[in-house]
Amino acid sequence: MTAITEPEAELLAHFEHTIDRDQRLEPRDWLPEGYRRTMIRQIAQHAHSEIIGMQPEGNWITRAPSLRRKAILLAKVQDEAGHGLYLYSAAETLGADRADLTDRLINGRQKYSSIFNYPTLTFADVGVIGWLVDGAAICNQVPLCRSSYGPYARAMIRICKEESFHQRQGFELLMTMMRGTQGQRDMVQDATNRWWWPSLMMFGPPDAESPNTEQSMAWKVKRHTNDELRQRFVDMSVPQAEVLGVTLPDPKLSWNADREHYDFGAIDWDEFQNVLRGNGPCNTQRVAQRRKASEDGAWVREAAAAHARKKAQGDE
Amino acid sequence: MAFDNAYEALGEYTDDSRWAFGTGFDEPLAGVDTTLPAGVDGAGLAAYCLMLGDDALIMSHRLQQWCTNAPELEDEVALANIGLDLIGQARLLFARAGKADGSDRGEDHYAFFRDEREFRNVRLVETPNGDFAYSMARLLVFATWRLALLHRLTTSADQVLAAIAAKGVKETTYHRDYAAQWVVRLGDGTEESARRMQIGLDAVWPLVEELFHRHEIEHSLGAAGVAVDPTGLRAEFDAVLDQVTVTARLRLPETAALAGVSGRTGRDGVHTETFGFVIAELQSVARAHPDATW
Repeated sequence: MTAITEPEAELLAHFEHTIDRDQRLEPRDWLPEGYRRTMIRQIAQHAHSEIIGMQPEGNWITRAPSLRRKAILLAKVQDEAGHGLYLYSAAETLGADRADLTDRLINGRQKYSSIFNYPTLTFADVGVIGWLVDGAAICNQVPLCRSSYGPYARAMIRICKEESFHQRQGFELLMTMMRGTQGQRDMVQDATNRWWWPSLMMFGPPDAESPNTEQSMAWKVKRHTNDELRQRFVDMSVPQAEVLGVTLPDPKLSWNADREHYDFGAIDWDEFQNVLRGNGPCNTQRVAQRRKASEDGAWVREAAAAHARKKAQGDE
Repeated sequence: MAFDNAYEALGEYTDDSRWAFGTGFDEPLAGVDTTLPAGVDGAGLAAYCLMLGDDALIMSHRLQQWCTNAPELEDEVALANIGLDLIGQARLLFARAGKADGSDRGEDHYAFFRDEREFRNVRLVETPNGDFAYSMARLLVFATWRLALLHRLTTSADQVLAAIAAKGVKETTYHRDYAAQWVVRLGDGTEESARRMQIGLDAVWPLVEELFHRHEIEHSLGAAGVAVDPTGLRAEFDAVLDQVTVTARLRLPETAALAGVSGRTGRDGVHTETFGFVIAELQSVARAHPDATW
């Protein structure tokens, strides 16, 4: 407990020194309140995204058109529940509480990734989510394996490995569908048309309008800007779309030899802001579903706690 | 920056071996000797495999419907695990059926292209999920019965069925344990949970007796040492249910069995009204694209 008696300036110097040397901060370390709050917000929103993200794909488990695809999809959605669990646990190392974070989610006080406010309309959406949405998530998340907060960085290593697996499964589903019937190819193109722009929005607002980027980069809890990551994603996606044989829905997409990057059309940031404000196609439905599961399960959790107390008393 | 990110590697078009599980997908029983044991009726064996496979497939379907609805994240993971195990069991049993009946039809034919009346599952697995208490009572009944059955099936004269059963025993042991733990927690939890748990157990009980009826196929294959006679499972089932309900401070119900139609029930393809909706949901995409490959 010597940490408490040290003057704050010295603690802060130690904290900054740890970050400067690219070392990890651990739960036992003194952390500035702002850093702690930022990390809880970042990790909780990531956890919420995993849990809300189970819904759009979960929508197709019972209808998956082959037993192999059904098993793959159920296992994937199960992995997302597992990611939520690790991440809530990482947030708990900062003093947060899982039940409290869930309350914040269902009361709208904490956010989750806007992408999950779009509907999954055909089975091809399962593949396109794997390819583009998990692909964009990986671009965002791989740098977080070097986050300055140790428990988060370690959780991200495992999560990124599983996400990569999901993403390849999604791409493989799309390749199979593109080799199938015309009806299947049409489904893949339609799903690509619907998910492409929302996937680009997953990297967040343009750098000039990103309120938290500067501080997060200084603390090394964020490693690249939104626009840098978005450009990388576009550059990687174009050749993949060619391999698949789908057209990305952007007539302005073209190679710029001077920049050595693809140019792309303007993103509709009004749509992004509208979804962020809660007015996307599925915002209400997603939160209502999470709230219902939480409320319907309250008596079960209370019973488990009561039973555990009885057992503990019996064991004394 | 190249290749520090798995996404980047996707477009590298080499060959299909980069997919962890391959794209040239093998049947679950590929490479296994599926010759019928001497004197065993292939059509009968296929019908038996469909009974056990349909039980697994439909039970899994109901568990899949818990996804994103479970009371806690740990249970999301657990219920998905059990659902996955059961899909795996169904796939192996359907593959065995396709070899045994000589048709060489694949697993997906049996899951997606049979009509409602051709399914041979017991009615227990098809009823709607109800609340968590009903679902746990149903899972306890199902897993206890199935574990007893699979245990005996490990010595089946059909080596393939015996091997499928041996794999299933390990899985089903966990399913039974998971359900039993919840029945105890809920039965001996709060007043509300005890009330719900008793109601759930009472509601599932009329579907129990059907599990121990011997179908004529089980009778004939049983004589050949291939199938398990379900009438012989009741004592083990009762002993487990007694132990769990006593620990959970619940009463074992004494309700009458749910009648069939002229004595015919799930094993005869006579199901409940709700089953058609299960099949419609399960098969909708596959049937909309009958020429597709997935």
